[in-house]
Amino acid sequence: MSAALLEARGIVKNYGHVQALRGADFSVEAGKVVAMVGDNGAGKSTLVKVLSGIEQPDGGEIRFEGQPVALASAARAHALGIETVYQDLALAPDLDPAANLFLGRELLRDGVLGRLGFLDNKRMQQRAEEAFADLGQTTVQQVTVPVASLSGGQRQSVAVARASAWASKVVFMDEPTAALGVVQASKVLDLIRRVRDQGIAVVLISHSMPQVFDVADRIEVLRLGQRVARFDPHEADMADIVGAMTGALEHGEASTAEPGGSSEQARQRGPSGQEDA
Amino acid sequence: MSAATGSDRTQPVTESRARRLRFLTDSTALIFLVLLALVAVFALVRPDAFASVNNVRNIFIGAATLLVIAVGMTFVIVSAGIDLSVGSVLVFSSVISIKVMTALGNQGWPVAIAGVAAGMAAGLAWGLLNGVLIAKARIPALIVTLGTLGAALGLAQIITGGVNLRGVPVELTEALGFGRVAGIPWLVVVAAVVTAIGIVVLRFTRFGRYTYAVGSNPEAARRAGVKVERHLIKVYALTGMLSGLAGVMSLARFSSTNIGGHLTDNLQAIAAVVIGGTSLFGGIGTVFGTVVGVFIPSVLQNGFVILRVQPFWQEVAVGVVLIAAVYIDQIKRRARERL
Ligand SMILES: Nc1ncnc2c1ncn2[C@@H]1O[C@H](COP(=O)(O)OP(=O)(O)OP(=O)(O)O)[C@@H](O)[C@H]1O
Ligand SMILES: [Mg+2]
Repeated sequence: MSAALLEARGIVKNYGHVQALRGADFSVEAGKVVAMVGDNGAGKSTLVKVLSGIEQPDGGEIRFEGQPVALASAARAHALGIETVYQDLALAPDLDPAANLFLGRELLRDGVLGRLGFLDNKRMQQRAEEAFADLGQTTVQQVTVPVASLSGGQRQSVAVARASAWASKVVFMDEPTAALGVVQASKVLDLIRRVRDQGIAVVLISHSMPQVFDVADRIEVLRLGQRVARFDPHEADMADIVGAMTGALEHGEASTAEPGGSSEQARQRGPSGQEDA
Repeated sequence: MSAATGSDRTQPVTESRARRLRFLTDSTALIFLVLLALVAVFALVRPDAFASVNNVRNIFIGAATLLVIAVGMTFVIVSAGIDLSVGSVLVFSSVISIKVMTALGNQGWPVAIAGVAAGMAAGLAWGLLNGVLIAKARIPALIVTLGTLGAALGLAQIITGGVNLRGVPVELTEALGFGRVAGIPWLVVVAAVVTAIGIVVLRFTRFGRYTYAVGSNPEAARRAGVKVERHLIKVYALTGMLSGLAGVMSLARFSSTNIGGHLTDNLQAIAAVVIGGTSLFGGIGTVFGTVVGVFIPSVLQNGFVILRVQPFWQEVAVGVVLIAAVYIDQIKRRARERL
């Protein structure tokens, strides 16, 4: 079997008449950064939502540590150690960064008060400050103002800090640097490497090819709701990837007929290995 | 040296901006000042009549039931919902309460307690129904509670034949209705306890945090693992139960149901919550603000009567305050989003 930590096989997701995913495959291994790339509307965010437990697939199989799992809710995914930075960030604008970081997993006071549901705001604020400090002091100065009053980049930092603080197995980052300045974006890339070095699987979605080549251990290309190619960034170049994204390299289509195409095989066969199986 | 002055200069700027922001956010402080000013004016003009112990007591008694409802309404509106059914649920609960007490013989503490429990249970049941229809069936809260507003009042009238019922045990009227502890009427004590619990729960507990989160961005709350539907059901159930409690309080005060007397309770409660700085869009608000929002209309009314101003002016004044409160909320949101 493959060494994939989290694996999607033939995922189908329809929104009414829109087929967002048409049998998409995807896999990521512990301690690796996999970049998921594709044109707008390719289905990247939808696949992330399915693998984060907040959208239910209409078909296909999800395997976690080799076992089939049903990710019926976000809480289920969290319990497995899967965390996500959503493209729309999914923050509560009226709550402060600390409250957002701990939303759904609040720390309670000790003793009776805790059992009555009293929050330990002080401890949450301290831990939040530590988490944000990792992303550079300038990103989030105050953990006690509403998120709505932060800049777009600061909000993105809150979402990134939240996901990386909680993830123990897999973290999805759906365009985590889209709103960030150069310095902050490189901090996020540093963070991605640090998270990976802890043995956590990182899935990075980005339209920035330099970033992808900078940090990814593997590149998977999604097109029209299917994975059409996988590349080793050391052996592929930008033209290969753009070709696969736009459909110019039609050979990539074969990958979907081969749900068992594991990461090992992919790596053995090198870049764009699927076509000549 | 120059680097130090540079950072010294930026620090106060961000801080004063944060403080300005917080002041804008704190429209509760503003509205509280308005209330204090009203009280001061009336007390200065007619110290004998307005500031008398009796008059103050009357203001508080008059506000007690509305306050209990409005505490529940605060949770509902912070969760970005609305509950139009509170007044009808109050009436229905008081009818169930008195029916139960009558069936048990109209006297004695056990009967009175059974009546209180029945009234609160009836309110809770309506609240649960509201919550399930809103959260699970996903029918807009405005429509669901408009429906239960009619249904609860209609059923109350069917049960009573449209005639107000008497027969409240004297124990209940003498204690909860007219009784006092240390000079403070029991009605006011009950309302104060409910309010205090409401303030603490919304501000300091996880239940309160989820109420803000669900009102602020329900999808974000869901993705964070909050059980949004279940939380909404709890919020409406809580409000229903408080309406039931208010129904019992009203029974004890008047020794009778008051079927026709609560038609505008819903609007009064919503007005109080909004005047108190809670945003109709959800995610922002405090129970303390609601307390202020309850007292502004009742102080105005009381003061106008004492000053022999036509009491209809009270409604005009409250309308103006209400619109001003929502306007401030809009400005506040725009200012915040901008920053
Ligand atoms: N909730 C939804 N309702 C209806 N259609 C949807 C929904 N979510 C996604 N889609 C559709 O599914 C397709 C894939 O969308 P998705 O957001 O996954 O693309 P993406 O690869 O993330 O694109 P981008 O790079 O622009 O973020 C699109 O055609 C989109 O319109
Ligand atoms: Mg997307």
